[in-house]
Amino acid sequence: MPSQPIRLYTKGVVLGYRRSKHLQYPQWTLVRIEGVKEKTDTQFYLGKKVAWVYRAGKKNKDGSNIKVMWGKVATSHGNSGVVRCRFRHNLPPSAFGATIRVMMYPSNI
Amino acid sequence: VSTQSTGASLTLIHPSSQCETHHNFSTMPKLLARGVPLLSRSARYKKSGKWAVKHRGPVEGQVKKSKNISTTKTEKKFGKKGTRTVVRPRSPRFYPTEDVPKKLYARQPRPPKVRPSLVPGAVLIVLAGKLRGKRVVLLKVLKSGLLLITGPYKINGVPLRRVNPRYVITTSTHIDVSGVELPSTLNDEFFKKPIQTGPKKSQEEFFEGDKKDKQKKQISPERKELQKTVDNQILPVIGKEQYLKEYLNAHFSLNKGEYPHLVKF
Repeated sequence: MPSQPIRLYTKGVVLGYRRSKHLQYPQWTLVRIEGVKEKTDTQFYLGKKVAWVYRAGKKNKDGSNIKVMWGKVATSHGNSGVVRCRFRHNLPPSAFGATIRVMMYPSNI
Repeated sequence: VSTQSTGASLTLIHPSSQCETHHNFSTMPKLLARGVPLLSRSARYKKSGKWAVKHRGPVEGQVKKSKNISTTKTEKKFGKKGTRTVVRPRSPRFYPTEDVPKKLYARQPRPPKVRPSLVPGAVLIVLAGKLRGKRVVLLKVLKSGLLLITGPYKINGVPLRRVNPRYVITTSTHIDVSGVELPSTLNDEFFKKPIQTGPKKSQEEFFEGDKKDKQKKQISPERKELQKTVDNQILPVIGKEQYLKEYLNAHFSLNKGEYPHLVKF
């Protein structure tokens, strides 16, 4: 194992569900990926796996209470680099504002 | 192409001009605009000359080729009034000795299609799994589509292994492996886990099994030999380039301010 932790994902922030003023669509969550500021920049991330890592409940026998919800980057959203993600199970609203991991796989390079 | 008609000029569009490669498909109708052909259906029929064909079938004098199905014709009564000839194929003279069901068309296995950057000798970054962050050398694309990689083992502890191409990033660093001969035993079957078949475990073995799994996995000496034969061909090539050994030893990580869509791998 390396002495220093290695990060093989980009950080992103959950902004909320895709929505209009009065109606929201929980199937889609909006994510702002760090460093992605334009629609053209999102091309790399489309299709990449996304994970919300969180702690929940008591620690299990292996000593961890870390849980993961997996999803994918689906499409870009708007012009400023925000991205729509679809999770296997919809993200709960407690994830709004939380940091999300945008992995670099499935890779196309 | 422009035709003159009542003062307005029509520019005919030929579908072949829409695409970059020019084909001369004369069967394509000439278009006024997309979806609007120049000639109407009746005009096209007239032009095609199909109306001139009097009858289909063999020309007088030509003998029609008959299919090799011997048939019997019987007169059968239909309803109250009518009779019609019913043509039935006669039972064949020869039958196969065993009724073998007809084999359905089986897809031929094709050579694996993998993205063009995955060339033998390329240095890859593994993105997930036990080897995440490691830089490895691609040796070969196996028939299953998986990649055969090696550390080499002495440099970064990565053995001969298969890896999914989707969980790998190709870097621009390449190693010349043209001189490397891979033993023919290195294929998918070699790496596949053997299917555990056999009598079900007894109660004792079941409990002992847990302990066995925790013990270190034994690597066959055959594998170690193969590792050596392959790596000993690659290590001198790596040694020629400065810092390449240290590069392969180092892990890849994204640092602050590094975004994969901007990084040039």
